[in-house]
Amino acid sequence: MLDVLIIGSGGAGLTAALSAKERGASVLVVGKAYPTNSQTSMAQGGMNAALGNVGEDHIDSHIADTIKSAHGLCDENMVKKMCADAPKTIQWLESIGVPFSRLDNGRSGAETIAQRQMGGASAKRACYAQDYTGLKILHTLYDTCLKNNIDFLNEHYLLNLITEDGSVRGATFLDIRTGEVTQINAKSVILATGGYGSIYHGYTTNAYGSTGDGVAAVLRAGGSVSDMEFVQFHPTALKGSSILISESARGEGGYLVNTKGERFVDELKPRDVVARAIFSEFQKGEEVFLDVRHLGEETLMELLPQEVELCKLHEHVDPATQLIPIKPVAHYSMGGIDVDNMLEVNGIKGCFAVGECANAKVHGANRLGGNSLLEITAFGKFAGENASNHATNIVLHEINNHQLQQDKHYLENLYAKDHTINFYEKREGLGKIFYEKVGIVRDNVQLTEAMQTLNVIGASHKDMGLADKSPTNNTNLIDFLEFSNTLQLAPTIISSALTRDESRGAHFKTGFESLDDEKFKMHIVSHLERES
Amino acid sequence: MKINILRSESNTQQSYALQDKETTLLNALTHIKATQDATLTFTAGCRASVCGTCAVRVNGKEQLACAYKVQDGDVVEPLQYHPILRDLKVDKNKAKETLLKSTAWIQNFTEAALTHKDEKFSETQTDCILCDSCYSACPVYAVNPDFLGPFALTRVYRYATDKRESDTKSIIDNVQTNGVWDCILCGECTMACPKGIDPKMDILMLRGESVSHGHTDPSFATQSFGSPDFSGGFGFDPNSGF
Repeated sequence: MLDVLIIGSGGAGLTAALSAKERGASVLVVGKAYPTNSQTSMAQGGMNAALGNVGEDHIDSHIADTIKSAHGLCDENMVKKMCADAPKTIQWLESIGVPFSRLDNGRSGAETIAQRQMGGASAKRACYAQDYTGLKILHTLYDTCLKNNIDFLNEHYLLNLITEDGSVRGATFLDIRTGEVTQINAKSVILATGGYGSIYHGYTTNAYGSTGDGVAAVLRAGGSVSDMEFVQFHPTALKGSSILISESARGEGGYLVNTKGERFVDELKPRDVVARAIFSEFQKGEEVFLDVRHLGEETLMELLPQEVELCKLHEHVDPATQLIPIKPVAHYSMGGIDVDNMLEVNGIKGCFAVGECANAKVHGANRLGGNSLLEITAFGKFAGENASNHATNIVLHEINNHQLQQDKHYLENLYAKDHTINFYEKREGLGKIFYEKVGIVRDNVQLTEAMQTLNVIGASHKDMGLADKSPTNNTNLIDFLEFSNTLQLAPTIISSALTRDESRGAHFKTGFESLDDEKFKMHIVSHLERES
Repeated sequence: MKINILRSESNTQQSYALQDKETTLLNALTHIKATQDATLTFTAGCRASVCGTCAVRVNGKEQLACAYKVQDGDVVEPLQYHPILRDLKVDKNKAKETLLKSTAWIQNFTEAALTHKDEKFSETQTDCILCDSCYSACPVYAVNPDFLGPFALTRVYRYATDKRESDTKSIIDNVQTNGVWDCILCGECTMACPKGIDPKMDILMLRGESVSHGHTDPSFATQSFGSPDFSGGFGFDPNSGF
């Protein structure tokens, strides 16, 4: 039997696979697309590590900045582990050939890696590769996986985890090409399935597929999710298309200005503060622009070549000579699968979760730019170690196919039934409601309205179905399953936002504008009511 | 306006009507799937030209759907030389196997003193998003399906010239068969790449590396065409860092 089944093939999954394999475990990475298609490719600005290559920096400062930005909701031991592991993680990435941007400092190895300023950081700490940091780390990880003969199963969509007596035994998948449901048994499972930002469909920097598939699967399998109300809004997405413009644009000296040309916020504050300042300009009827003209064309092409292209293509704006119209949109899920300090899912033994799908309590109420690439690589390795260790203690035995049968049955019914509602319209609607009512600034009236609308959509789910009845390569079916996952997660976000009558980090509530440690310095944990 | 999309089941073009406003092809496809025809099948991810998922051919030229603005009368087809799974969705597994065959990775790491110039040397090559556009554009695939192909060879060049690599010979040895000498230097890959990568030049440079590691062009008659001191001609990018 397989030792470690890794679900999700982005940076976290690939790092976990390499780490588990290095420890002698048999490993299989299963993904719904191909490994390099993942959300990791979209991380632009950098990866934090207190190397001190550009000015003084210390691991303690990295820890302090991360804790401060988490607003009391992190596990300080997990933060310490992640920040302490950062320099050696960079060293490892250097050794597998990541093409980082470089300094001319006459030194060698990781000491030559360029580092830039990001919001909320007390030093130039983010190691980068132009504004393609995630892309270049991801592809180098993939090349390294090929070198190490990691097995991949592409185009397999996670349906459900298989559990017995509270322990994971594997998972079921839909083979997108054939339409077959398959079961893969394993001694340990690592979920590395990404965040749930695509609930904000149309108002997110995230890829279409960031639909919280693994998070929802954990809920269905009896596990817990936590801190779901903490969704980070990135201050600078392109106004028309919600495409991300990296924080490094501000880190390198870009300004935010309103219609009058006035600056209105310290651009290097953490993302929650900057996003709210922009929102407040919108409330005054202002538009907001990112101004990088003073950096000059040469610097822009050197440091932010991708941004320049995206602005020209999607907004018809040349950042060297024109203002870039922006708006904040949903960007990162701080919350997710509730894990312990070994990254094991609370409620499901042998099941680990890492990366954006997991809530390892390192970001708390607000993630710092540059800490997510760090989390996926530093904790990816940790998850691989823990899952392979767990696998060595498991004794083989027969695993039934009840989940497989149940999932086959579900899909047969789904194919057979008629539908009266086009779920794509509801997907649009849900995204808009979330942006408007579960967004940057919340209040209990709007949250309640959002919950009511959600309940209506949820009740009509039975009237939604497939317009495409093809058994093979049915992307209509995948869209439907992804949307169903977001519908399962949506109430946990709204209900925890309703409960949290305070403002903390990315969660800001009108009428409760300050922090209330006495009542709310805690993680709000949700799980599904089990039918008895 | 109307666009025409090749449907795999009927092997005919189907016409879809769109509003006359500027939109990316990906937005158009998503709109069609959501409102007109849920059976239309394509793949997409990031919408921002970096995940490599949505490459198709428009009017015979490879494009990322998320970066192409639709024009009235456009003809949209799947990538060439890939098994078509359904409509615009193709099987990319085989193309990715070329990375495995080419051993495009660091063979043996040694710490090196790297500089800004070293970063620039491979900056463009490492912008590759594995969208498969270059494989679709490469005419060698019409005659040799085992060709390692543009993106794998660009990646080989990037690792072979990395100062951290202490075993360049192994990686060069691994791209001699169905590799550097099988390219016909037509430059179609360079034209097709949405990230401005020039695989043709990388392959030429790899030929030079191959010669310096003791390999020879198996078709000796064409040696002058592939010599490493190449200094101009179609596909040469004067800004590529040399």
